[in-house]
Amino acid sequence: MKNKNYSGEHLAFLKKEKKNVAIVWAARVGVLALILGVWELIAQLELVDPFIISSPSRIAAMIGELWSNGSLFYHIGTTLWETLAGFAIAVVLGSLIALALWWSERARKILEPYIVVLNSLPKIALGPVIIVWFGSGSSAIIFMTVLVGIIVAVMNMLSGFLATDKNKITLLRSMGASKMQILTKLVIPSALPEFIGMLKICVGMAWIGSIMGEYIASKAGLGYLIVYGGQVFKLDLVMAATFILCVLAAGMYFLVVLAEKLVIKHPR
Amino acid sequence: MNEILDRHILSFKDVSLTYHTKEGETLAVKGLDFYVREGEFMAVIGPSGCGKTTVLSLAAGLLKPSSGEITVRGRPARESAGKFGYMLQKDELFPWRNIEKNITLPLEISKKNTPENRQRALGLAKKYGLGEFLRYYPDQLSGGMRQRAALIRTLAPAPEILLLDEPFSALDYQTRLSVCNDVYSIIRGEKKTALLVTHDISEAISLADRILVLSKRPAKAVAVHEIGFEEMSPLKRRESPQFSVWFEKLWKELNI
Repeated sequence: MKNKNYSGEHLAFLKKEKKNVAIVWAARVGVLALILGVWELIAQLELVDPFIISSPSRIAAMIGELWSNGSLFYHIGTTLWETLAGFAIAVVLGSLIALALWWSERARKILEPYIVVLNSLPKIALGPVIIVWFGSGSSAIIFMTVLVGIIVAVMNMLSGFLATDKNKITLLRSMGASKMQILTKLVIPSALPEFIGMLKICVGMAWIGSIMGEYIASKAGLGYLIVYGGQVFKLDLVMAATFILCVLAAGMYFLVVLAEKLVIKHPR
Repeated sequence: MNEILDRHILSFKDVSLTYHTKEGETLAVKGLDFYVREGEFMAVIGPSGCGKTTVLSLAAGLLKPSSGEITVRGRPARESAGKFGYMLQKDELFPWRNIEKNITLPLEISKKNTPENRQRALGLAKKYGLGEFLRYYPDQLSGGMRQRAALIRTLAPAPEILLLDEPFSALDYQTRLSVCNDVYSIIRGEKKTALLVTHDISEAISLADRILVLSKRPAKAVAVHEIGFEEMSPLKRRESPQFSVWFEKLWKELNI
């Protein structure tokens, strides 16, 4: 067990480490403040037309306006629902398909070229088809989100399952384990880091999918605000919606990082 | 040798195995004949790549011989699931399970996770110095401790024969000598039959009652030797003058 009664030298080392962390954080905040400050200054002094580049204060005012007219949470809620639903379906369905492909080597070999083609296809090409199939509501956007995320989920999970240590499989087989036992006792738990990695990628993919979907067909949501703002030259609206998007996407990513810390306590 | 030791628990009779891959076929084992007596520690040595691990996989029923017969107490080895305990080069402990759950894993797999069996397995862990570490995770233990935990896991389902596939090769030299001593005394203490494959001649001499020497691929038996150190511990054997005599003899037979 580690000694907790540290020497003076070790305490100095810890203090220095703490200071380093503080410097990094201060610099991070500083960079943001600098960018916002310069941006605001350029807009205030009208070095560039603020109508085109907007400004932090105009963005804040726009968010305040959306808040007071009650539409802020309506749009956030719409996009968040579409993103989370698409994300959840892509992750669950993708993992199940990956499991089936791990189970059957033949199915894997048969489906491999299709997966590769689907992966390289720009999903936005399917936009018109999706509108015809689903109309212009949330279900079309959720479908687009699933489409963007699912292949990535399948490919990441499959490579995670296939990377299971061969010696551990031999060990289980020598104990007389069935394929189902190998799956549940070894393959799934050992692929947990890949699962978390896949979640991280799928968070990004889900936002791409939902915003792309809203670009194609929507009546509400942050993507709708961006497109609408662009069409009527309300750059403040475009920037405000983009800013909110940044915050939401980062928040979702950090939730996954938090989950990783809670779930993976011992290195695989 | 007494009467009990003379009973053959495991027999290979004219066993051959051919591997098939896209690149062609490889004869890995050719007409291999040998037996292991109940309660003895048998070591198999051979040039690297000769198919030593294949011999263990055949014994454990993980591979099916192309021809010949492998029997456990006169019955086909493939019908003897659960009679073998397999120990690999690395400990292969599952990092997400604590030591207790690693040790009882074979009981879960064979659906024999009864309170009595668990008690017996945990009793072994306590007897051999892992009692305080049952709640620890593998990454919190030293290499030697981990290998000991792997051995206890192998012993947990009370197998009749232990198959040891170079179980010390992933350890550093000092740990290796001490774990080797530990493993020997545990296997002797539990009166188990063991079949060890190793590329390390000294390891074979320090552990085994008998040594089977295999040829280069395709593996067949070159010689079988009674080492005759009786109950001497591996470290004591290494100090004996007979040790180097055996070493030279086996080295010549390996003909590397």
